[in-house]
Amino acid sequence: MANLINTQGPVQDTELKSVTLEQWQEEKDALTGQSLELTVSSEQTADLFGEDADNFARISIDFPKFADGRGYSAARLLREKYGYKAELRAVGDVLIDQVFFMKRCGFDTYALREDQIVEDAIAAFSTFTNPYQNDVNDQRPLFRRRLS
Amino acid sequence: MYVYDQYDQQLLNERVAQFKGQMERYLDGKISEEEFLPLRLQNGIYVQRYAPMLRVAVPYGALNSAQVRKLAYVARTYDKGYAHISTRQNVQFNWPELEQCPQILADLAEVQMHAVQTSGNCIRNTTTDEYAGVIAEEIVDPRPYCEIIRQWSTFHPEFAFLPRKFKIAVNAVPGQDRAAITMHDIGINIVKNDAGEIGYRVLVGGGLGRTPILGEEICAFLPEEDLLTYLDATIRVYNQFGRRDNKYKARIKILVKALGIDRMRELVDAEFNRLKDGEGKLTQAELERVKQHFVDPAYKTLTDATAELEVARNENKAFSRWMERNVRSHKKPGYAVVTLTLKQIGTPPGDITAEQLDQVADLADEYSFGELRSTHNQNLVLADVEQTDLFGLWQKLKDLGMATPTLGLLTDMICCPGGDFCALANAKSIPVAEAIQARFEDLDYLWDLGEIDLNISGCMNACGHHHVGNIGVLGVDKKGEEFYQVSLGGNSGGNDADGSSLGKILGPSFAREAMPDVIAKILDFYVDQRNDGESFLEVYRRVGHTPFKEAVYGKPD
Ligand code: HEM
Ligand code: SF4
Repeated sequence: MANLINTQGPVQDTELKSVTLEQWQEEKDALTGQSLELTVSSEQTADLFGEDADNFARISIDFPKFADGRGYSAARLLREKYGYKAELRAVGDVLIDQVFFMKRCGFDTYALREDQIVEDAIAAFSTFTNPYQNDVNDQRPLFRRRLS
Repeated sequence: MYVYDQYDQQLLNERVAQFKGQMERYLDGKISEEEFLPLRLQNGIYVQRYAPMLRVAVPYGALNSAQVRKLAYVARTYDKGYAHISTRQNVQFNWPELEQCPQILADLAEVQMHAVQTSGNCIRNTTTDEYAGVIAEEIVDPRPYCEIIRQWSTFHPEFAFLPRKFKIAVNAVPGQDRAAITMHDIGINIVKNDAGEIGYRVLVGGGLGRTPILGEEICAFLPEEDLLTYLDATIRVYNQFGRRDNKYKARIKILVKALGIDRMRELVDAEFNRLKDGEGKLTQAELERVKQHFVDPAYKTLTDATAELEVARNENKAFSRWMERNVRSHKKPGYAVVTLTLKQIGTPPGDITAEQLDQVADLADEYSFGELRSTHNQNLVLADVEQTDLFGLWQKLKDLGMATPTLGLLTDMICCPGGDFCALANAKSIPVAEAIQARFEDLDYLWDLGEIDLNISGCMNACGHHHVGNIGVLGVDKKGEEFYQVSLGGNSGGNDADGSSLGKILGPSFAREAMPDVIAKILDFYVDQRNDGESFLEVYRRVGHTPFKEAVYGKPD
C-alpha cells in the first residue's frame, strides 16, 4: 500500500467513488452529481477531461514510471488552464525525489510508493527555497520576485 | 559574465545538499540503481566504460579564471590530471569516483559552477557563439538571452522528465549560423524586424543521432519579451505528445516530423496565446538586469596596431600563420580575439591538463580581463586581447602547445571519446583522429587545403557530429570488428545561415589502418578538382558525390 501524504505529513484517505475517464465519458449523465474521483493515465492529456474537471472531488493522475513526466503537464494545465480547485493526487511510481516538482505543478496529495521513507519525502517538499520559474503556487517567476 | 546573486547561490547550494542526500540514500541502498540513474544524470554523472564521467556545465561557454583554476584542482585531485572540453562547450572529467562526486560538486559550487542538467532527459546547457559580445557583426550580445534561458530551464518543475534530452542554441549574427542552431531541438536566431525591434526566429526539431534532421522554422518573428512563454508552450506540447515508447524516436524532431511543422505550430500557438500575457512574460527590467552582467569590460581607448603587427609578422612566419588562422578581429580597435587550439598531435581533441588549465587561467588574468570561453569545436578563446600583446601571448601559447595555427583546418577535428572511454561505442575514434593528425601534419599542406571540417563519432549517437562534417567519419561494428564509414558534404552552418547540410555516405566502410589513405584520396581529388580559392565543400557541391566516390573506390566497370 502506498503511503498517502501531503506537504505536512501523512493524511487519511477520503473514500470516493472512483471512475476512469472511459467510464466517465460513457456514463456521464448517471454519474453527474455524485462525489467522484477521476483516475487518469499518463497518456490522457488534460485537454481530454479538463472541461469536466469540476465534476470531481478528486483527480488522480498516474505516473506509471517516475521517468514518465506527462503528469506534470496534465496537472499544470488542470490548475492553470481549467481552473480545477479540488484535490489533485499523484499516484503510481511516486518517489521522494519527484515530489517537489509535483507540488510545484499543482498536486496536493501524494500516494507515495510504499518503500519510500515518509519523513524524507516531507523534507523533500522544501528542497529549493526560491525556484526560478513560476508555478501553480506562485504565478510570478523569480524575476518578478527578486528583491535587489 | 553573469555573477550569481543570493538567489542563484542559494539555489545552487540547495542543489549540492540535495544531491549529497540522494547519494547517501543510494549508497545506503534506499534508492535503486534504476531510480538513481536519472538523479545522477541530471547532475551530469554518466557511467561509461571504465569509470563515471562527470560533465560540468559551462553555460554558453563562459568561464572566469577562478573557475578554470577550480577545474584544474578537480582534475588534479579527483581525476587523472586532465579535463576534456566537449562539443557542447562543457567540461568533462573521465575518471572521478562516484562517491566523490558530491564533494566535487560542492567544490565547484564555490566558484558558481555545477553539473545541473548536463545529462538526462531534461533541458540541457544552452549554447551560443564563442565570440559573443566581441564581434561587430552580431545584432546584440546573445549571452544575456542564454542566461535567461538557463535560469528558466534550471529545475523547471514541469520539464525534468521529458521524453528525451532537449538542447537549445542561440545565434545572433545575421546571415550566419554560429551556433549550429539547425541541429538543435530548438534553434533561436536573434533578429531585428523592420521596425528595428529585437525578436527571435525560432527553429524546432533539429538533431543528429540516429536520425539526423535539420530544424524547421516554427516562428518567423517572436517578440523579445515572449521568449520564455514560447519555450514553455513548445516544450509543453512536446512533453505531452512526444513518443516515450522508443528512445530512438523520442526526440522532438520525430514529433515535428510526425505532426508536420504546420500542425506543430498550431498546437504551440494555442498554448502560447494562453500564456503569453501572463506573469511568465519576460520584463524589460529583467532583460536589463541580466544585460548589465554582460556590459563591456573596461576597454582602453586604443587604435589598431596594424603597422607594429605587420613588422612582427614579416619577421616571423610562424607568428604570421598563427595570426592569420587563430586570431580574429574584435569589435574594439586595438583588441583581438584569440583561439587557443586544443588539437596538438598526441592528445585527444579537446583534452587539457591541469597544468595547462592553471596556465591558461593566468593568461586570462594577464591578457583578457580574467575571462575565457570554451568552444563547440573543443578549443578555448581569450576574447579581449590587446593587439600589442599578441606577440608575447603567442610565445607563451607556443610553449603550452596551444598555438597550433590550424583553427578550422583539417586537423582541427571534432572527435567524440569513442571506444577508449564510452561504453556505447562501436569503434574507437581517438586513434583515428591521431592517425589523421599524424599523416597530415605538414602545415603547408594543411594551409593549402584550407578550411575543412572533419568530424568523428564512435557510433550512431553522433556525439562527434559526423553528419555535419564536410568529411564525416562514423565508427561501425561489422561482426565484432571496428570499421569506419565515411560521409561527405555535411556542414553545420558557419558563415552561411542557410548552408547547413547533412553528409551523404560514400560507400562501404574501411578498416582503421586504411583511414589515413582514404582521407588522402578524398583530399587529393579535391585538390585536383578545385578552381582558385574553392573550398572543399564548394568543390563537393559543384562536382557532386559520385566523382568523389569513384576517386576512393575506383570506377565501376
Ligand atoms: C563517454 C560517455 C558518453 C556517452 C555514454 C554518450 C552518449 C550519448 C548518447 C546516447 C547520445 C544520443 C542521444 C540522442 O540522440 O538522443 C549522445 C549525443 C550527444 N553527445 Fe554524447 N556521450 C558521451 C560523451 C560525449 C562527449 C564527450 C561529447 C562531447 C565531446 C558528447 C557530445 C554529444 C552531443 C553533442 C550529442 C548530441 C547529438 C545530437 O544532437 O543528437 N558526448 N551522447
Ligand atoms: S558517439 Fe557513440 S561512441 Fe562517441 S561518445 Fe557518443 S555514444 Fe560514445
